[in-house]
Amino acid sequence: MADVSPSGSPLVELKGISKRYGDLLANDGINLAIQPGEIHALLGENGAGKSTLVKILYGVIEPSAGQILWEGRPVSLSSPVEARALGLGMVFQHFSLFDELTVAENIAVALTDDWDLATVRSKLGDISRAYGLALEPDRAVWTLSAGERQRIEIVRCLLQNPRLLILDEPTSVLTPQEAEHLFVTLDKLSADGCAILYISHKLEEVRRLCRSATILRGGRVVASIDPRERSARDIAALMVGNEIGEVRTGTPHVPKGAMLTVSKLSMPAGGLHGQALEDINLVANAGEIVGIAGIAGNGQSELFAALSGERLADKADAVVIAGKTCGTIDIDNRRRLGAAFVPEERLGHAAAPTHRLSENTLISHAATEVSRSGFILLNAARRLATAIIKAFDVRTPNGDPQARKLSGGNLQKFVIGREIIRQPKLLIVDQPTWGVDAGAARLIRQALVDLAGEGSAVVVISQDLDELFEVADRMAVIHQGRLSAVKPVNEWTKEAVGLEMLGIAQTQGAVHAV
Amino acid sequence: MRFELTPRPTISPVARALAPVLAFVTAFLIAGVVVWLMGRSPIAAFQVYVLQPLSDPWALQELLVKATPLALIAIGLSYCFRANFWNIGAEGQYVIGALLGSWLALKTHGGFWVMPAMLVLGILGGALYGLIPAFLKTRFGVNEILTSLMLVYVAQLLLDYLVRGPWRDPKGFNFPQSVTFDPAATLPLVADGSRVHYGTIFALVAVIVTAIVLGRTLFGYRLKLTGDAPRAARFAGFSAKHTTLAVFAISGGLAGLAGISEVSGQIGQLQPSISPGYGFTAITVAFLGRLNPIGILVASLVVALTFIGGESAQILLKLPLDLTQAFQGILLLCVLSADALVSHRIRFITRGGGK
Ligand SMILES: Nc1ncnc2c1ncn2[C@@H]1O[C@H](COP(=O)(O)OP(=O)(O)OP(=O)(O)O)[C@@H](O)[C@H]1O
Ligand SMILES: [Mg+2]
Repeated sequence: MADVSPSGSPLVELKGISKRYGDLLANDGINLAIQPGEIHALLGENGAGKSTLVKILYGVIEPSAGQILWEGRPVSLSSPVEARALGLGMVFQHFSLFDELTVAENIAVALTDDWDLATVRSKLGDISRAYGLALEPDRAVWTLSAGERQRIEIVRCLLQNPRLLILDEPTSVLTPQEAEHLFVTLDKLSADGCAILYISHKLEEVRRLCRSATILRGGRVVASIDPRERSARDIAALMVGNEIGEVRTGTPHVPKGAMLTVSKLSMPAGGLHGQALEDINLVANAGEIVGIAGIAGNGQSELFAALSGERLADKADAVVIAGKTCGTIDIDNRRRLGAAFVPEERLGHAAAPTHRLSENTLISHAATEVSRSGFILLNAARRLATAIIKAFDVRTPNGDPQARKLSGGNLQKFVIGREIIRQPKLLIVDQPTWGVDAGAARLIRQALVDLAGEGSAVVVISQDLDELFEVADRMAVIHQGRLSAVKPVNEWTKEAVGLEMLGIAQTQGAVHAV
Repeated sequence: MRFELTPRPTISPVARALAPVLAFVTAFLIAGVVVWLMGRSPIAAFQVYVLQPLSDPWALQELLVKATPLALIAIGLSYCFRANFWNIGAEGQYVIGALLGSWLALKTHGGFWVMPAMLVLGILGGALYGLIPAFLKTRFGVNEILTSLMLVYVAQLLLDYLVRGPWRDPKGFNFPQSVTFDPAATLPLVADGSRVHYGTIFALVAVIVTAIVLGRTLFGYRLKLTGDAPRAARFAGFSAKHTTLAVFAISGGLAGLAGISEVSGQIGQLQPSISPGYGFTAITVAFLGRLNPIGILVASLVVALTFIGGESAQILLKLPLDLTQAFQGILLLCVLSADALVSHRIRFITRGGGK
């Protein structure tokens, strides 16, 4: 792994890479060079073309124009198999692991035939020790946390001795502690000569980790900088082309009576690997934002399903919305009470990938004016989609595109906008700024704060502690399906939240600590 | 070397419009080669299969008669297939609809109400029979493909038993068939002297209503969403259970209507065979028509043509009747491949780099 290329030429060089989707140039003549052992950040706002570029580099999609040079030689990569053979490894944002198989089995199935389970095990031990990536080969994947799962993906790449490792938003699923651990590993890898291409929207960690960064805007390179010499604010400004402000809180939120009351909510685990909810108690008042922190997989999606009515409780009074008991009524009727919901997964859950945005407004039809006596009002749906696009600055490739053609962050703005635009009395949102750039994240957080300011109750489930500290009035932590006490944000410290997230808190406030 | 299909970033509308035409031409070319290999003239076969039926008024009416059950059943199936549920037992629902309606015909002797009531019973019979696999799926999670298919054989055996046993015409020289329905139990013809019965009107109405339901109503969107993104459908408040029951009831009901229309309007009595496999061929028709109501209407006419052409080809050219089914299969494959090639591109990948 440690062979630095002798001639001093870059390890990989992209020359004039372009990718056209119809009228839209997702990548426009991009030049980028990565030296051996370099940790290189790829930055840019949502839709800037980052994912498109790394997918081209990894052979997943074909560029419309341009050339890739590997150690100075032109190569053509038409599939990930070829990219791997050359020495590229990629960790996608969404893991591709089999839940039922063990760690070692998961690694072995992804490798070529000449790897057997025994070799994998012994190599796994070596790599784990060398890079501090602790993994038990015989654990089933479904018992592992997101951080541990990511380690499998990384180890899987490392076993093939990559010369360049691509990571697409690796820390969005990690706790701060897990993220810190990842950085140590990456530093070691880089010292051993492995180059790393790193995509992230979290500028502080980019400044901590990377010595060079390429910034994309609208598919073009707008700057190549050393992130350690610039402030996060400067970098963000380069990404969007202007300054990003702070979220304005305006007047402090004045709570005005309970809009959501959850009492003694328990629910068995939905599937084999689901998390049961145990005795959840929570109040969200009109005019305030309640934050729920926690590591992914601790019952957040189950809590969301129970609050939205996608799963019903067995007691009607477990959930009370706007004064009406509705533990056993479905999501549409909760919407009619003035509640709105935004799930974590935007493609496939919040929106249908192959449907146009106007059609996607029909998903929350129960509470909007897009249908009358069972008939769809097509024009109203189109107008609504246009209004959302305008109000939430959704960048679309054309007027009414399919949802899947939007970049991740822009679709997120759309699905949040779809709910906020009708001024719900209660908004429940799971991971509101997941994979969203700084500018868009500010826009979304501002919209949440403004909504509460206008007298709605907002519940924000998020893994991003900075986000919760920025927007929430009160906060609780979910761990293994149990919710800690809800306390005003200024009574929490990041350390206290971190401990509570790991289930080792002993503070008097947290009665449910395990 | 292997090849893979990659989605095209943009789909040309011209290619999309031309695809079915090219698919048809290709299918005819393949069929022509097959006929040629069998030692007959492809030109003569084309003449008998396509040109003759289309130029003969009697055959044209026959075309409508054959297309009617196909269109009715396929329209019903399109509700299921859009929502991604696999009802392949329309043949059974057709038979049960025919049986229940005919029961009334055999039990009554005249009355203006008999025919409408028979139609209602036909729809009801097909719908209830279709609800069996739907219920088994929603209640116990049983795969609907297996149950709906197996229920076809149950229905066919029941029909066989009835026409050979309790419902057999006592004066019918022991032939396995019921008495001929009396006029009050016969579906009227659209015009005197024609062969086309009211079933054809039902099919047209079903096409128009379905076009509106699928394109303009929330229920239609519900089916599309359930098929394309089931999780989003649940998030939209559309219960999967209700959707399943509804689409099976609709498709079963339309298959039942096709069954009773065919028996009372075309055959005039019950007999062991009341369908040349309409319920199965309708699956082809539904996909040939791309699950679009107008498309299904056209596809039902095309497939009916192959039925009629196949019959005359058997007589005039001594070509086996199985060739008809083979041709229907070729046609479907060509249309589906053309669709796939419009939205995807084939890439050949050789091992170890290069394209
Ligand atoms: N299949 C497609 N068809 C049409 N347009 C597409 C397609 N895929 C991506 N795009 C467009 O290309 C542009 C770049 O998308 P890309 O996913 O690379 O952005 P990104 O920088 O990764 O953004 P994010 O941070 O939101 O993930 C976007 O405007 C997007 O709408
Ligand atoms: Mg991306």
